[in-house]
Amino acid sequence: MTTDRRGAREPILQVKGLVKHFPLTRGVLFRKQVGAVRAVDGVDFDLYPGETLGVVGESGCGKSTVARVLMNLEPPTSGRVLYKGEDITRLSGPALKAVRRNIQMVFQDPYTSLNPRMTVGDIVGEPFDIHPEVAPRGDRRRRVRELLDVVGLNPEYVNRYPHQFSGGQRQRIGIARGLALNPEIIICDEPVSALDVSVQAQVVNLMERLQREFGLAYVFIAHDLSIVRHICDRVAVMYLGRIVETGGDAQIYEHPTHPYTQALLSAVPVPDPDARGGRDRILLTGDVPSPAAVPSGCRFRTRCWKAEPRCEERMPELAVPRAFRDSGTPAEHPSACHFAQERVRVLPGEEPVN
Amino acid sequence: MDTLTESPLVPRTDTLLDVRDLHVEFRTRDGIAKAVNGVSYAVARGETLAVLGESGSGKSVTVQAVMGILDSPPGFVTRGEILFRGENLLTMPADQRRKVRGAKMAMIFQDALSALNPVLTVGYQLGEMFVVHRGMSRRDARAMAVELMDRVRIPAARQRVGDYPHQFSGGMRQRIMIAMAMALEPDLIIADEPTTALDVTVQAQVMDLLAELRQEMGMGLILITHDLGVVADVADRIAVMYAGRIVETAPVHDIYRAPAHPYTKGLLESIPRLDRKGKELYAIRGLPPSLTDVPPGCAFNPRCPMARERCRTEVPPLYRVTAERGSACHYWEECVGDD
Repeated sequence: MTTDRRGAREPILQVKGLVKHFPLTRGVLFRKQVGAVRAVDGVDFDLYPGETLGVVGESGCGKSTVARVLMNLEPPTSGRVLYKGEDITRLSGPALKAVRRNIQMVFQDPYTSLNPRMTVGDIVGEPFDIHPEVAPRGDRRRRVRELLDVVGLNPEYVNRYPHQFSGGQRQRIGIARGLALNPEIIICDEPVSALDVSVQAQVVNLMERLQREFGLAYVFIAHDLSIVRHICDRVAVMYLGRIVETGGDAQIYEHPTHPYTQALLSAVPVPDPDARGGRDRILLTGDVPSPAAVPSGCRFRTRCWKAEPRCEERMPELAVPRAFRDSGTPAEHPSACHFAQERVRVLPGEEPVN
Repeated sequence: MDTLTESPLVPRTDTLLDVRDLHVEFRTRDGIAKAVNGVSYAVARGETLAVLGESGSGKSVTVQAVMGILDSPPGFVTRGEILFRGENLLTMPADQRRKVRGAKMAMIFQDALSALNPVLTVGYQLGEMFVVHRGMSRRDARAMAVELMDRVRIPAARQRVGDYPHQFSGGMRQRIMIAMAMALEPDLIIADEPTTALDVTVQAQVMDLLAELRQEMGMGLILITHDLGVVADVADRIAVMYAGRIVETAPVHDIYRAPAHPYTKGLLESIPRLDRKGKELYAIRGLPPSLTDVPPGCAFNPRCPMARERCRTEVPPLYRVTAERGSACHYWEECVGDD
């Protein structure tokens, strides 16, 4: 499925060499830069129309900063974000406005991302004030009701306020607003992590349905590996500002070759008590280093059980490891490790299906 | 049909905590919120009980009542007993109860940063346990603090004992919370979402540490969580809560294999799995009820695919499924059967 999609079409969004550093300064009168938080430090990926790309990683890995740069909410330190071949980080004025119409965002926290003093109708209809060409004035009310209906909310609720809704319903309001301008891409930053389990499934299903109906491409940023597996066609694993491994969902989940991905997957508790102890658990020691003091060479080496002097000296590139090049196996996907190795049985449970 | 009126599945021997028919309500301006409506559970030495539920299910309020840290007002225990080693905590004089809490039972909170005092060093806070409960000198207490930090594997404990909470990472802070709870070697530890705020690799470290110490010291553990994965990993028994009641309670293997309540079943089916790529997720329809307005009959009936007339009028008792299992569903037999 993934290969068909990729072969057939041009990517809709290309991220090339994206870097975002936040300067650390000292001094009040004479501010001088004493360092930088290297939140994103060289990220490349492509997004194809209609697909879902998952970006996973732990807190501080830079995944949310990537989202903010993609939305042009932050200018990158360097690198390019190409929407249909055009670098959006250099746009301004009407050209930027036109691009933004097509790239929308859904935020994590449905409690703070909706203005409490606006009615649902105003929240969902607000994008039309900025882009009046999408819906003529007289038609807005109808459009808003339609949007509420699409996301499974009662259209009669247009005059209610956000506090009158539950978390799941608020997230639906956020999604309705994201859909208002018929975008092609939606950047979702932890869209379901604030929701209860039983409501999470409803919102995930809604997002999948909308993708089918409107041909949306999602960049799905999350720390929950199970949800990412469920919803994504392709996955990029981030660690300290860089992508360490990327591939199709089965490639990453069933044939990971980067030690960090392997450790991450093995740490996820699986809801099956029979699998207890039956899996190959990798317990990492220590914490993620601060992005203001990134280790030399491979960033993961300080926690990696395979680290050798070479890892300190040379930063591994994100490429298909030599051992798997042209192997035709699922392990043939980019992995930024000098000692990339396949590890089967990272996950418990049944044998991998195909 | 046989029902369980007493504390369900009272463990065979060495019961530490026995909560019986607990009711807690919050008297608010918007009405009375019935947060806990007749909860009974028991934990024995060396046993891990997981209390599973979504927000508003009453899982945290129950343990707050057990620990005696309920915000009162507005919260009140209106009925029930909380027996710790056979003694009712609710009728005990306040100073006696204070001695039990801390020394005999301790709690680990979700958010270590707000549970620790930001202006005192961790060494001082850990040592305080020994000064207050054991009458130790500050100097000895500090040595004990270092020992505790070693025990929960905080690297360079001797150097870090004088650091403040904000100087530690989230995982390390949670270790300090665990150290504090373990300090006086209590019989029972209550952990309220201890790893929810942590990243998955750190969560695994902390859960392993907790399980190891629990085993080493033979304590009882109540683990409050919403994460079905964590439960499967560590629990011996589970109590599933919904709208202030226990809807199902069983040994961990039974519940995952064949849930006996439609809510448990729905929950298990609605989580995406890491180890397989499913089709569409099963979604429990609707929303959890407001606690000021719990539906009559079975509280789950508006969302239940099996609901019928009886469910809308008659509150289901906790039926006995097996000697060790209970389900609060009139039709639990159908639920277990149709798998």
